[in-house]
Amino acid sequence: MGILDSKIPSGPLADKWTKHKNDINLVNPANKRNIDIIVVGTGLAGGAAAATLAELGYNVKTFCYQDSPRRAHSIAAQGGINAAKNYQGDGDSNYRLFYDTIKGGDYRSREANVYRLAEVSGNIIDQCVAQGVPFAREYGGMLDNRSFGGVLVSRTFYAKGQTGQQLLLGAYAAMNRQINRGKIQSYTRHEMMDLVLVDGKARGIIARNLVTGEIERHSGHAVVLATGGYGNVFFLSTNAMGSNVMAAWRAHRKGAFFANPCFTQIHPTCIPVSGEHQSKLTLMSESLRNDGRIWVPKKMEDAVAIREGKLKPTQIAEEDRDYYLERRYPAFGNLVPRDVASRAAKERCDAGFGVNKTGEAVYLDFASAIKRYGKEKALTSGIKNPDEATIIKLGEEVIEAKYGNLFQMYEKIVDQNPYKTPMMIYPAVHYTMGGLWVDYNLQTTIPGCYSAGEANFSDHGANRLGASALMQGLADGYFVLPYTIGDYLSDDIRTGAIPTDSEAFDEAEKQVRDRMEKLMSGTGIHSVDYYHKKLGKIMWNKCGMARNAKGLEEAIKEISELRKDFWENVKIPGTIDSKNQELEKAGRVADFLELGELFAKDALHRNESCGGHFREEYQTEEGEALRDDKNFKYVAAWEYKGEPKDAELHKEDLVYENIELKTRSYK
Amino acid sequence: MSGLIKSSIARKVVMALSGLFLVVFLTQHFTINITSVIDPETFNSWSHFMGYNPLVQFVLQPILIAGVIIHFVMGFALEIQNKKARGGSYVKYKGSANAPWVSRNMIYSGLVVLAFLVLHFYDFWVHEMAYKYIEVSPEDPTRYYHETVEKFEPFWRTILYVIAFVLLSLHLWHGFASSFQSMGWNNKYTPAVKTLTKIFSVVIPLGFAFIALYHHFNPITH
Amino acid sequence: MKLYLKIWRQKDASSPGKIVDYTLDGVEGDMSFLEMLDILNEELVSKGEEPVEFDHDCREGICGTCSLQINGEPHGPDRLVTTCQLHMRKFNDGDTIVIEPFKAKAFPVIKDLIVDRSAFERIQQAGGYISVNTSGNTVDANAIPINKHDADEAMDAATCIGCGACVAACKNASAMLFTSAKVSQFALLPQGRIEAVERVQNMVRQMDLEGFGNCTNTGACEVECPKGISLTNIARMNREYLSASLKG
Repeated sequence: MGILDSKIPSGPLADKWTKHKNDINLVNPANKRNIDIIVVGTGLAGGAAAATLAELGYNVKTFCYQDSPRRAHSIAAQGGINAAKNYQGDGDSNYRLFYDTIKGGDYRSREANVYRLAEVSGNIIDQCVAQGVPFAREYGGMLDNRSFGGVLVSRTFYAKGQTGQQLLLGAYAAMNRQINRGKIQSYTRHEMMDLVLVDGKARGIIARNLVTGEIERHSGHAVVLATGGYGNVFFLSTNAMGSNVMAAWRAHRKGAFFANPCFTQIHPTCIPVSGEHQSKLTLMSESLRNDGRIWVPKKMEDAVAIREGKLKPTQIAEEDRDYYLERRYPAFGNLVPRDVASRAAKERCDAGFGVNKTGEAVYLDFASAIKRYGKEKALTSGIKNPDEATIIKLGEEVIEAKYGNLFQMYEKIVDQNPYKTPMMIYPAVHYTMGGLWVDYNLQTTIPGCYSAGEANFSDHGANRLGASALMQGLADGYFVLPYTIGDYLSDDIRTGAIPTDSEAFDEAEKQVRDRMEKLMSGTGIHSVDYYHKKLGKIMWNKCGMARNAKGLEEAIKEISELRKDFWENVKIPGTIDSKNQELEKAGRVADFLELGELFAKDALHRNESCGGHFREEYQTEEGEALRDDKNFKYVAAWEYKGEPKDAELHKEDLVYENIELKTRSYK
Repeated sequence: MSGLIKSSIARKVVMALSGLFLVVFLTQHFTINITSVIDPETFNSWSHFMGYNPLVQFVLQPILIAGVIIHFVMGFALEIQNKKARGGSYVKYKGSANAPWVSRNMIYSGLVVLAFLVLHFYDFWVHEMAYKYIEVSPEDPTRYYHETVEKFEPFWRTILYVIAFVLLSLHLWHGFASSFQSMGWNNKYTPAVKTLTKIFSVVIPLGFAFIALYHHFNPITH
Repeated sequence: MKLYLKIWRQKDASSPGKIVDYTLDGVEGDMSFLEMLDILNEELVSKGEEPVEFDHDCREGICGTCSLQINGEPHGPDRLVTTCQLHMRKFNDGDTIVIEPFKAKAFPVIKDLIVDRSAFERIQQAGGYISVNTSGNTVDANAIPINKHDADEAMDAATCIGCGACVAACKNASAMLFTSAKVSQFALLPQGRIEAVERVQNMVRQMDLEGFGNCTNTGACEVECPKGISLTNIARMNREYLSASLKG
């Protein structure tokens, strides 16, 4: 097992979490008042954790770079949140959610963690409803569900197309209640610049006030990092512009192992890139795949004509369309998991069937759904023998009720009416399954440093199923971390407040200042974005949807050269001690330039294809991923040793006692 | 309750209630005035009743004056507060893009109406007060009609009145329906309220203007 | 296309600001408004000048971070979009575009086009929540059926992204639409009714304390709201507030 102890409790799978909660130490309510906890990041995981910890009685300080906790990028999740409630009576259960998640993650996640996730999933929905989250309901007043990719039941709860925002507002409201009580101090427009270790334990952070540029010291008995994923290492992703890896990477440099960095999710349904000016990519919810059919032209000449603008998609006859997901995966069809759908789109576009100017887009077509719904609606509205126009009108109304805001968003961005012509979509970087290595308690390899939500690696293996990110973030924040952290803090009831004038804080602050000054000293002419875009291109071309050893080796070399260039030449106007968005970006990109290299190194070492990690050398004759359970059934946790290339690999073997490892098949 | 008086919503309700009260008053005023065009005798007798009934004189009249004062004072207070809330002005502010002119300029239509009221009080109310309480002239139930008509002899006064009625119309166009919204009344009847507003804010001021013009062009021949 | 930009530049909260003119060439219709500003900033940085600072994050119209008063309107001339989703195809070659920060006494400028909207935070802290513990030890989510119409209306109110466009558009810099959306979401749900009286009083009190103006029902907020939050929410809050005040 090496030096990694996952601390998975013994006993039968279904009893582990209950048993663990009974076994761990607690902190009594009076002592909780003497304990300070720092929570960095206020998305679903951080916001939920902060609220719950404060409610339990701890003194909490939260930090976010945004101007409000409510703006964390959890807000952008559209489709929904999974929970094994079995309200639809379609045979769902904790076990089935657990099984789907492990399988969807291509057998690269921990059984115990995932089972716990499934176990608390139902509680999340109860909790959120109690908080006033306006989930969609049926006419009878009960909660509605929809189905999502990679599963055969309907277990996704949703709030229009903005489930993420509604859940985050719920967590934020819970935070507000504690802020009002004085139990949470919320520091907005603050960025964590470094983690402070005192005697080997995480005891505080150095933060920068982004308004004044001031460097601040904050101490606590434990530090929770809930800072999201690192998808922006690709420059173009569906992440927010400010999403970054800084907090996690700073912790990594201080001793927290970074697990499976190469496990990245490429989401199949994003709006395609329109040009060089593109600053970010916009996701179209996966829920659209419930009703949209994905296709490209069957004939190469049609594809060429479409690209040249000589032919419209609606002019292509049904028999000349290639519904490639339905063709390749008849059982799941358009609802295959994200990694499978993304790769299939890339395969078709690489083969020359792409449908936009750049050749990197496929169609997502609602015409048949509109007709189907229209007929149904006509029937239920008592319209006999409706004509084609009536059917389409009624059908469009149904589609609008379901996806209106997404369709509107698409039209604003692309300037095409998706009710009349199929949407164009293409895969884009969306989520990172990798992250800080944590044990069953969500503690990193640094004592007292915890990580929750997308920032940790824990639950999704090599691929995340749709509507599971919200579930994991809230599970970690509301129901897991607040209890497991008590076990660690029970030793700290006599410690007293942590002073911030210690040598450790002095040293950490000095490092932060030195680093910023070094960044400001660049002598070249290129902006931070210039380097970020270059890094993104390397990552996308060589560490993207398909990877190979040669490309990865090149990537490692190119990133390391780019990093050197960046540190010598990046041009940042303004000063350190004032609001300076270029400097903020520079600090983040500097860390991406290190992470990117570790990412490539991890991808290079993993000589198999699994989930979102597709190595071209390891595929079946039909082009499906070829996993190697004999050699790679482990979590790759990297220890920082100076340069990313020197990172040391530690393996946590994954043990499957309750699930039989199979080749993932959605055929 | 003390918080209620200070709160922005309560102040708006005060505006709404006093405004609606003035709408009721306008209706009553108009009903009497229109008789001056139809039947001078009815006009005289109704006017005389209003002028000498103690309930009207000593209860309703003070309430009306209070209503007018409250509506104007609160209107100015809110306007000042609202101006402050902006904290400096935009270099470019395109109010026309998102709100009708009438709703954005209530203070100006209100000011014109206020200026008109000053003139109107001077013309009629001051005269009435002087007649009844200073000069203590004898009751004359037949004087109202010709006094009214004579007022509209000068062209300048008639035109000022007409202009004021146009601004009153604009003020009502926004204010009437708006007062329901302020009191939290926005429901399935709202479209009906909006229609009523449009009818009222055109018909009543138009009627007043008609009366003024009618008398101007139909002077009493001595 | 070529654009003439007039942009508000302000060093920090205590310095005076002014409009600075820039000419920007090579703008394409497919660019978002913020991508257009990215290009301007890229040019400024390459010349060694400080870029124009503006708030933005998700760039997909949901986080509510981006703001900007564009040619006199919050989030620009298009409807139901945030600035990040406003595309340059809405403008023409040779256009002059005036770009200012959202202006309200309660939203002080931090730098250039960035304003401090923490007043909104405090309004929500004053009562924008339901006081239940996050223990998960609540009743089953389906134990209280909620009428679909009410749930949908609550959802419509809850779509508010807290961007502040309502304040920026309102001639009185009133925050009624924002506050009422928050009040409405809870007022419409049975879970939220329990604390409805205190909630509306506390939130309105805080809103007034922050120095926002009064609502004069011009409806500008509703027109400019990128999420189409309806004026009926303001009426609902007025109603809630009045009945709460009468109750005590």
